[in-house]
Amino acid sequence: MDGTVFKYGDNVDTDVIIPARYCTSFHKEDLAPHCLEDLDETFVARVQEGDIIVAGNNFGCGSSRENAPLAILGAGVSAVIAKSFARIFYRNSINVGLPILECPEAVDAAKDGDRLSIDLHNGEIRNETRGGSYKAVPFPDKIAKIIEVGGLEEYVRRRLQNR
Amino acid sequence: MICRDHQIKELETILGQTIAQKILALHAGRAAVAVDELVFAKVDMILGTDVTVPLSVEVFRRMGADRIFDPKKTVLVNDHFVPAKDMKAAELSKTMRLFAEEMGIDNYYEVGRSGICHVLLPDEGLVKPGDLIVGADSHTCTYGALGAFSTGIGSTDMAAAWAIGELWFRVPGTIKIEVNGQLPKWVGGKDLALHIIGHLGVEGALYKAMEFTGPTIRNLSMDGRLTLCNMAIEAGAKTGIVAPDEVTRQFMSKFPELSYTPQVADSDAEYVEEHHFDVSDLPLQVAKPYLPSNAVPVHEVMGQQVHQVVLGSCTNGHLSDFQLAADAMKGQKVNPKTRLIVIPSTKDVYLELIRSGLAEYFTEAGAVIGPPTCGPCIGGHIGVLAEQEVGLYTTNRNFVGRNGHPTSLVFLAGPAVAGATAVAGEIAHPDEI
Repeated sequence: MDGTVFKYGDNVDTDVIIPARYCTSFHKEDLAPHCLEDLDETFVARVQEGDIIVAGNNFGCGSSRENAPLAILGAGVSAVIAKSFARIFYRNSINVGLPILECPEAVDAAKDGDRLSIDLHNGEIRNETRGGSYKAVPFPDKIAKIIEVGGLEEYVRRRLQNR
Repeated sequence: MICRDHQIKELETILGQTIAQKILALHAGRAAVAVDELVFAKVDMILGTDVTVPLSVEVFRRMGADRIFDPKKTVLVNDHFVPAKDMKAAELSKTMRLFAEEMGIDNYYEVGRSGICHVLLPDEGLVKPGDLIVGADSHTCTYGALGAFSTGIGSTDMAAAWAIGELWFRVPGTIKIEVNGQLPKWVGGKDLALHIIGHLGVEGALYKAMEFTGPTIRNLSMDGRLTLCNMAIEAGAKTGIVAPDEVTRQFMSKFPELSYTPQVADSDAEYVEEHHFDVSDLPLQVAKPYLPSNAVPVHEVMGQQVHQVVLGSCTNGHLSDFQLAADAMKGQKVNPKTRLIVIPSTKDVYLELIRSGLAEYFTEAGAVIGPPTCGPCIGGHIGVLAEQEVGLYTTNRNFVGRNGHPTSLVFLAGPAVAGATAVAGEIAHPDEI
């Protein structure tokens, strides 16, 4: 996948990703028009299908609302690359199928508007604008296995079927 | 050889387990667990609210599940957008209500009998020392005050827990926070929390457990402990825990029918970090916008005009919090240029406010008392801030736009500063109004 970088700082919290006032819905199409509006009101108008959010430490801190990764997915974002992720957001992203990559080097090197390409299979990030290549922190084995079977929803479905 | 190495490693890990490790090990059917290891562990209680349950219901059905693994281990609480703030919110509660009926969930809390979940659950005896608790609300870490391992999850996780009764956890390393010294007058659990988060930063405890210990913690009331552990997530922590002791035993004595197994850390438990605080001279704390870690002594922000004070929330929603705020107000009225919104956190706390005379005092002073709800803490309803307005809240977060317009500003503080500020109309110290 490849896309244009939308770069933000540290502690991008779930309240700016999708404010609670819109969390009376949990459907991507309702959430997407308000994604990041309190942080960058031009984001939704500018973002194209496949674009990539790049941010600093503790991305997704705050609330447990799964609406946050859903809003990002709904806006057409293909992946989020950050220096670190808040833990509930990390779980939720895996669970809803939003690709997240932890890679401080790629974050430091990327500038707003750069073109990145990502190979999710091996966690490789290439900055097509600047020429650098980076490797994201791999998921722990057990999580990788859950992702492999299609996420937690599919994992549970299979366990229930085998019962 | 590999097998022997593994056994040695296992033996090593049996030594020196923290509370977090012990609770996770017990629920994973293991003698011990190692930090950073991933385990599947059985949960004792799963909490959901009106804002997170409906998505879980959808995912639960897609999983092909038709019953909850144990309805007694599930609790559903109407608190975020209730009484329904609009039609969409009404649909959320309706979905949860119908699901509770269908699944035979007795721990369903309806408007009028409900309250803010993190105050409600301990008071209802639904959480116990040694429990492994998950909740689709980030402040689920609150119950660590009872010596439980308690952490926030999302809606898909909750659906999975409902279906199979267990979830994966990465065993967190534990940061030991040792607190010494007697807290000065007016200073309480909230000031302690803001001071510690100010020191660690909002990601200082990311993926970690925090264990609060030392003489100050042993002398801290259960209300103060609940406030402190509630804010652990604001340092990024997975959970905040206080070892069960006499205060815990006293609290649990309200529920003689409940049995539980308290867990304490081994004397040789290994901590990933240790921080020591002496709070004998700790000034009242205020966290400036837009992060809970922007904690400063109240004197640094005194004089800042405040349009709205919110007293309540899962962080400071106990009777003792309202009493402290009233003491700070010293019988005076709310400043004409300021609004005071008082939100008793549960039905029981509401009754206590009425019976203690505090409801009458606050109302006569010019405050408005709202129904138990998260309301203004999440900018949902019952007190949303307008453009450029300034609030001082006893809640837990002051992110951009959380409490209303993105240009509004919220300062976080404990009940004493909130009471003084309501009277002064600007951020104030209770001894100086």
